[in-house]
Amino acid sequence: MPLLEMDRVTCVFGGLRAVSGVSLHLNQGELVGLIGPNGAGKTTIFNLLTGVYAPSEGRIQFDGESLVGRAPWRINKAGIARTFQNIRLFSDMTVLDNVKIAYHNHVRHGVFSSILRLPNHFRGEREIEDKAMAFLSIFHLEGKKDEMAKNLPYGEQRRLEIARALATQPRLLLLDEPAAGMNPQETRELMELIRFIRERFSLTILLIEHDMSLVMGICERIYVLDHGTVIAQGTPEEIRSNPKVIEAYLGEVTS
Amino acid sequence: MTGMNANGRAAKSSRWTFWVWIAAGLVLYAVLGLLIDSGVIDSYMSLIVYQMCLNVILAVSLNLINGFTGQFSIGHAGFAGVGAYTSAVMTAKMHLPFPAALLVACVFTAFIGLLIGIPTLRLKGDYLAITTLGFGQIIQVVLINLQYVGGAAGMTVHKETNFTWLYFAALITVAVIANFVRSRHGRACIAVRENEVAAEMMGINVTYYKVLAFTIGALFAGLAGALAAHTFYFIKPTSYGFLQSFNILVIVVLGGLGSITGSILGAVVLTLITALLQDYPQWQMVIYSLILILIMIFRPQGLMGTKEFRLSSIGLGRRRDGHAAP
Repeated sequence: MPLLEMDRVTCVFGGLRAVSGVSLHLNQGELVGLIGPNGAGKTTIFNLLTGVYAPSEGRIQFDGESLVGRAPWRINKAGIARTFQNIRLFSDMTVLDNVKIAYHNHVRHGVFSSILRLPNHFRGEREIEDKAMAFLSIFHLEGKKDEMAKNLPYGEQRRLEIARALATQPRLLLLDEPAAGMNPQETRELMELIRFIRERFSLTILLIEHDMSLVMGICERIYVLDHGTVIAQGTPEEIRSNPKVIEAYLGEVTS
Repeated sequence: MTGMNANGRAAKSSRWTFWVWIAAGLVLYAVLGLLIDSGVIDSYMSLIVYQMCLNVILAVSLNLINGFTGQFSIGHAGFAGVGAYTSAVMTAKMHLPFPAALLVACVFTAFIGLLIGIPTLRLKGDYLAITTLGFGQIIQVVLINLQYVGGAAGMTVHKETNFTWLYFAALITVAVIANFVRSRHGRACIAVRENEVAAEMMGINVTYYKVLAFTIGALFAGLAGALAAHTFYFIKPTSYGFLQSFNILVIVVLGGLGSITGSILGAVVLTLITALLQDYPQWQMVIYSLILILIMIFRPQGLMGTKEFRLSSIGLGRRRDGHAAP
């Protein structure tokens, strides 16, 4: 059984069919790419998967349970985390606090423990801090832990967003254009990083990306979206040679 | 893991920091208490000190809602009114002992906060401002027309408090809210302020934390109202209107949204300014407004911004995080 399954999902905004009858699945441990021209509906699919939008039609199942109608924070607790195309860090909080937030649901101390400073408050807060520091060091951000997130350079903000998403300890990670605005060197490092965290945390990853070298380089399967529908799917080689894809999208990029 | 040792020390130092603050609070209590008992602070000036304590409670609790959680509430005096009248009915009509009346007032005000918060805070946007504004007006109108509590003429209450009551109420309020803010729960509230969508995606139950912050804020507003009623032993509906809510908001903005020490500083400074200007009634509002305008021009982020005064800034304790001491 696939870890994630979208079955003929449609999402309509007024008269606009942003996503129309999309079916896709991710098996446990896969790294899958989602590509397509601007406005094809890629980010809408992420928003459907994370509960920001509810599908007008269709089923979404994660690990055998339906995600339709669940609040985003519950979907995160179930094991799906994401990053955002336009970075959404907690900009006036420190780098460390950004990651600490993400570990929120993995400790138990309640409001009264914190107000009365009971021992389990200190135990819980120490666990949060240690775990957050561990995530920061994976992303080589431990030296910047006390900086405000908004003061980080762009590439580090992207890395912090991934670190923060990982700290919620997901099984499925959705990356929305992680290489946007990066130079080729940074993109190569990002590819290495994605490969590494995938192994280390046994993640399943769905990736939206415009950088073809990245998508073709690390994805095992690719879905191509155009005008809200899946027009092709397959291995990077199959996608590269698919005439429909070349016509809709890749032709302009590779020529 | 690297940094394990340092983290362990940081956690220990935060435990220590809390008690240093409490000790400092007790020392200040002893000093002020001595000055009042010895008559250096006369009875008029001690009224100003009482008002400072009450304003600290109101400002710090409103800061939790407006500053830390980023929800815009402008009906804080309405909650103080609920607390004042509830406690007054409990002591004057039901003849309950004062501490019990205080407890009932806090719980009941928190309950009203919950009742308003749950439907309003589920919505994204500025609905809270509109609802709390309306709530403040409704409270006033209800009280004016309620003959049981004296209507527009108001109600006389026994004097039950003294400096010790007010000071420790303020100290407890600050300790509770500071401890709340500096925990995973407080971080969740700040995350809601910073980016609601991202917070929800990180597994934070946004509605829960908005309602929680709002309810805690209402509870302490109720406490301040109940204490004020039994300090100045006379309450009337017009003391809990929009103007009073606005005054609390001014303290919070002036001190710095998201800074507890800022709210305390703001409460002390503005209470003093208001008291000093009592002698010049015709210039009072002019000078008050002028001071506010000047502060907002030169420190638009408030006196403290989102920063806190920390022990580390005077060479005590370790710097724990990135909030540079001002």
